[in-house]
Amino acid sequence: MSVPAPEFAAPGFPALEVRDLVAGYDPGLPIVNGASMTVRPGEFVTILGPNGAGKSTLIKAIAGLVRVTGGTVRLGGTEITGAPAHLMARHSLGFVPQTENIFALMTIDDNLRLAVGALPKAERGARMEAMYALFPDIADRRRLMAGRLSGGQRQMLAFARALAVSPSVLMLDEPSAGLSPKLVEQVFTKLADVRRTGVTILLVEQNARAALAVADRGVILVEGRERHEGPAAHLLDDPAVAELYLGGRRRAEGIGA
Amino acid sequence: MSLQFLVDGLLVGLLIGLGAIGVTLTSSILRFSNFAHGEFITFGAYAAWSASFAIGALTGGTLPALEPFSFSVAVLAGGLVSLVLTALLALILDAVLFRRLRERGSTIVVVMASFGASMALRSLIEFAFTSSPVYFTRDLQIAHRFGHGIRVTPDQFALIGAAAVLLVAVHLLVTRTQAGRAMRAVSENPALARVVGIDAVRIVRFTWIIGGALAAAAGTMTGILVQIRPGMGFDLLLPLFSAAVLGGVGSVPGAILGGVVIGVAEAATVQFVGAEWRAAVSFVLLIVMLMVRPRGLFGGRA
Ligand SMILES: Nc1ncnc2c1ncn2[C@@H]1O[C@H](COP(=O)(O)OP(=O)(O)OP(=O)(O)O)[C@@H](O)[C@H]1O
Ligand SMILES: [Mg+2]
Repeated sequence: MSVPAPEFAAPGFPALEVRDLVAGYDPGLPIVNGASMTVRPGEFVTILGPNGAGKSTLIKAIAGLVRVTGGTVRLGGTEITGAPAHLMARHSLGFVPQTENIFALMTIDDNLRLAVGALPKAERGARMEAMYALFPDIADRRRLMAGRLSGGQRQMLAFARALAVSPSVLMLDEPSAGLSPKLVEQVFTKLADVRRTGVTILLVEQNARAALAVADRGVILVEGRERHEGPAAHLLDDPAVAELYLGGRRRAEGIGA
Repeated sequence: MSLQFLVDGLLVGLLIGLGAIGVTLTSSILRFSNFAHGEFITFGAYAAWSASFAIGALTGGTLPALEPFSFSVAVLAGGLVSLVLTALLALILDAVLFRRLRERGSTIVVVMASFGASMALRSLIEFAFTSSPVYFTRDLQIAHRFGHGIRVTPDQFALIGAAAVLLVAVHLLVTRTQAGRAMRAVSENPALARVVGIDAVRIVRFTWIIGGALAAAAGTMTGILVQIRPGMGFDLLLPLFSAAVLGGVGSVPGAILGGVVIGVAEAATVQFVGAEWRAAVSFVLLIVMLMVRPRGLFGGRA
C-alpha cells in the first residue's frame, strides 16, 4: 500500500480516480457500492444526491476514514486505496469534513499550526501567513478559541486548515450546510477563489444550484453509485435530473442565480 | 492559628497534580479511566529506590546526602532511571493489554482490565519488596521557621521546587509544542486529528510516556517525603481522579490546580478536624464537583 510523494501530480494522470469503490461501516452492509469517478487536474467536480445516498461515506472512504472493501482510489496515478487517513493528509489530499471540521477548543492559530505540521519546518510560517492572507476573516482573530467563531468563520478556518498543506486535491463535504444565504454565497465565492489557485476540488453539496453554478462537472450519487454525470450546465438544465435529485423545482428556484 | 497546612497541602497537592496529569491525559486521549495509574506511582517509587541502591553500590558504598537535603546524588539518579522505567512499564502495559482491548471498542472492558492490572502490579510489588515500608533515608531534617506556625524542611523546599518545574515544563509541552497540540487535537476530535495528519498511535505512545514519567516523579518524591509502601499509589487513586475531575478532564493546568485544592483541603482537614477524615476529602470534593460543575474548572466539554 503505497502513498504518493507530495510532488505526485504526474502529467497525464487524473488528479483523483475512483474505480468500483465499495465501502461502509459494517462489513456486510456496503454504503458506497461500486462508485466510480474521475477528477482531472484543476477540475471542479461536485457530488450531488439525496440524503443518505452515501456522499459523505464516499469521500470519507477516499480520505481513509471509512473501511474500503473493494475497488481502488488513485491520487495522481498512485494507488492510495485504504491508506490510513493521517498519511493522506501528509500527501496532497485535503479534506474538510461535514461537521466538527475545526478544533473548537484550540485557538485559530493552533488549528493552523497543527495543519502545517505536516510541512517542512522552514515552510510552515510562510504557509500560515499565506492562509491568513487568503482568509482575512480569521486573520485578526488568531488568538481566539476557534469554538467562538461564527458559522461562516468556522468554515473559512476549516478551508484554511485543509489548504494550509497545499493539497493537490481538496475534498469538501457540504461546506454551506447550516449557513445563512449570505454566508452560503461567501462560501461559494471563496471556493471559486480557491479553485483559481489551481487546486482540484471535489465538493459534496445539498445546495445543488449553487454548486453546479461554480463546478465544471456534476456527479449524482444514488444508493452508493453514480447515477448521472455530466457538465454542470447540462445537469442544471436537465429537468428530469433537477426534479429527481436536485431537490425539486421549488428549492431549485429558491437558490438559483 | 497555624498555617502549616498550606505548606503541607501545597506539596502533597503538587504531587497529586503530577499523578493527576497522567490520569487526565489518559482519560481524554485514550478515553478510559486507568485505575492502574496509582501503581505507576508505586512502581516509580520502588524503581527509584532500587536504582538508587544499585547506583550507590556501584559507586562503592553509600553516597553522602547533598546537605542540607536528606537525599544523595544516587537518589536523584535513581529518580531519573525510574522515569524511564515507569514510562516503559506504561508502554508495555498498553502494548500487551490496553491496546488490544481498546481496538475491540468497549471502554468498560479496558477500565476493568486496568483495575486488574492495578491489583496484579500491587501484588507483584508486595511480593518483591514485602509489605514493610522502605525509605530513601531516615535522616531527620531541621525545619526553617517562617512565623504563623509555618515550618518548612529543606526537602520540602526542594520537592516543591522540583514539582513546580516539572508541572510548568509539562504545561509548556502541551501548549507550545507540536506534539502537545497533537495531543489536544486527538483528545478533542480523533477523526479530525487523523485528517490533519496526526498519527494517533504515536500520540498514544507519547501520552503513556508522559503519564508514566510523571507518575514516577510523584512516586519518587513521595518516597523522599514520607516512605515507600506497596499501597502508596493505590491510596492516591481517589485524590488523583478527584483532581482530574476538579480541574476538568483533559486539562493539565486543571489537574495541577485540582491537585493543590485537594492537597490543601486534606491538610486543613487533618490539622483542624482530624486525620481520620482525610480520606473523605477527595471523595466529597469529587461528588460536589460532579454535581455542581461536571466539566470541572478548566474543562471545555461537558
Ligand atoms: N458512522 C456511521 N455508522 C453507521 N452508518 C452510518 C454512519 N454514517 C452514515 N451511516 C449510514 O450510511 C448511509 C449513508 O450516509 P452518508 O452520510 O454517507 O449519506 P449522505 O449522502 O452524506 O447524506 P446527507 O446528504 O444527509 O449528508 C446512511 O444510511 C447512514 O445511516
Ligand atoms: Mg453527508
